[in-house]
Amino acid sequence: MWPLKWKKREQEYRRQREEFFEAVKRLNRRDFLKVAGLSAAVFTAKTVVPPHSFQVVDVVRAEPQEKPLFRFAYISDTHLYERELNERFVNAALRAVRDVNALNPPPDFVLFGGDLAQLGQPKELELGKQILSELKVPVKMMVGEHDWFLDMGEKWRELFGPENYSFDHKGVHFIVLMSVNEKDFWTERGMTPMERMLTVAQLDNPLQSRFEVGEEGREWLRRDLAKVSKDTPIIIFSHSPLYKYYRPWNFWTEDAEAIHEMLFPFKSVTVIHGHTHQLLTHRIQNIHFHGMLATAWPWPYAPEGLPKLTVPMERPDPFDEADGTGWGSVDVHRDGYVDKHYSLWSRNPITVAKAYLESWGKEAIPPAPEFPPY
Amino acid sequence: MRMTKLLITMAGIVGLALVATSLERRTAGAQQPQTSGGSDRLVVQLCDGETKLEIAEARAGEILPPEKAREVARRMMAAYAEQQAKQVSKWTARDRLTWEREQKRVIEEGYKLFHDWKALGGTIGISCDMCHPDAAATHPETYPKFQTQLKRVAALRDMINWCIENPMKGKPLSPDDPRMIALEAYITSERKGVPLDPGKH
Repeated sequence: MWPLKWKKREQEYRRQREEFFEAVKRLNRRDFLKVAGLSAAVFTAKTVVPPHSFQVVDVVRAEPQEKPLFRFAYISDTHLYERELNERFVNAALRAVRDVNALNPPPDFVLFGGDLAQLGQPKELELGKQILSELKVPVKMMVGEHDWFLDMGEKWRELFGPENYSFDHKGVHFIVLMSVNEKDFWTERGMTPMERMLTVAQLDNPLQSRFEVGEEGREWLRRDLAKVSKDTPIIIFSHSPLYKYYRPWNFWTEDAEAIHEMLFPFKSVTVIHGHTHQLLTHRIQNIHFHGMLATAWPWPYAPEGLPKLTVPMERPDPFDEADGTGWGSVDVHRDGYVDKHYSLWSRNPITVAKAYLESWGKEAIPPAPEFPPY
Repeated sequence: MRMTKLLITMAGIVGLALVATSLERRTAGAQQPQTSGGSDRLVVQLCDGETKLEIAEARAGEILPPEKAREVARRMMAAYAEQQAKQVSKWTARDRLTWEREQKRVIEEGYKLFHDWKALGGTIGISCDMCHPDAAATHPETYPKFQTQLKRVAALRDMINWCIENPMKGKPLSPDDPRMIALEAYITSERKGVPLDPGKH
């Protein structure tokens, strides 16, 4: 057994760490010094161990060149089971809802990024709807493969409406695009709906097909875009990244190129996607891509194919179940391009600025991790 | 392996004794003398089930006197010894097949456990692959290493058990549990070829 002295020191350290993270969530200029002092105390309590990444050493914030037009927040990939089976994921979702509700000023709306449920069960989806109903601002729903493949979206549509839709907000055209369709792999194998669901729910299961918007979805998108002038900024929400990152895990959209072709004529296009549970940044010509954090758990980075502009997040500490997870917000500028904020629960928040992507990674570079992925 | 080898040798000797006895008794057995196509010479088979020995001075079906039968047994032993001397490796094709099959079987068993929280005794719906698709971010090549959170140098199996107990809310496995070995087999197979780097953080 460890000497009592060490145990006490450890407890003290945990208490201060907790306090620090509580404080950092409400960080503003006035409180900054207070929090920095707290983090120094945590550092002192640790004594032998070298400084951890959560110590606020310095905060360098580039002054924004212009005030953003508006802000929206996101919560994504909650992967809810029924509460009786798994409380952890429920609590994480509730935490994100509380955090978003605490934003001051409140965001214009909240995007839910898909994978509300773990296995598409009606009770899981209903629980999700109940949790999200606590949000004080309007919610824009997007579907994920975990919500879809038990009943092919039947319950989802009943609860949340169509899977493809668009809306306009303060001069920006928003499109919610269902990108996780799969070609039928289940009929010839005689799979039950639950077998189909479990196959898709397993990221590394090679039996399933690759994600795609599909012919119908592309046609819907073509018609929707036809109504929009080429100068109108466009922001697309898709569950899968609308590009090709890593095929074996469906970090991938099979018909991405066809979608890009439709988007190249527009002046400004931003895609915000879920599914990957990690910091992801990519740019193809005029299209900026940003990933979203999950509340449930972080995925590791894929062994290959990581977009060059991505500065990966440091690998999460498995002993801290909140590490690598969180929620986020998006500041939309007048031209439609965005500053993407990742509100990591156990780390300092990270911003991937519009300037970083506009300069192809030369300016406003996000902080690099000290311990990159293996 | 050494045990198997010994058994084969013993079986060989017993087999030879049987051949000798059967020759004396003119009874049929597993090592029954055979005639080879056309020739009426006595042909005996070694206990590998393949090698045949033709006895020039005895006819097929002939009743051998004890003296002669012992001579046949002596020749069979000599043939066996010669075979042994020629073989560079002590391992046979059969051994190699066994290695491959067993490795594959245990890796597949590990894959199943890795993807099935119930089979591994989890209680809250969380399985290994949910955080580690294709066993990513398990980096078995970096163990043993000091694990800050455990405050000691830990092996891969310690981390496996930690995950079973904590995120999965199950009961840890004994280190010699076949399920533990299967998980190690699967995880390491996914990092095959990655240089060993114990202690890497």
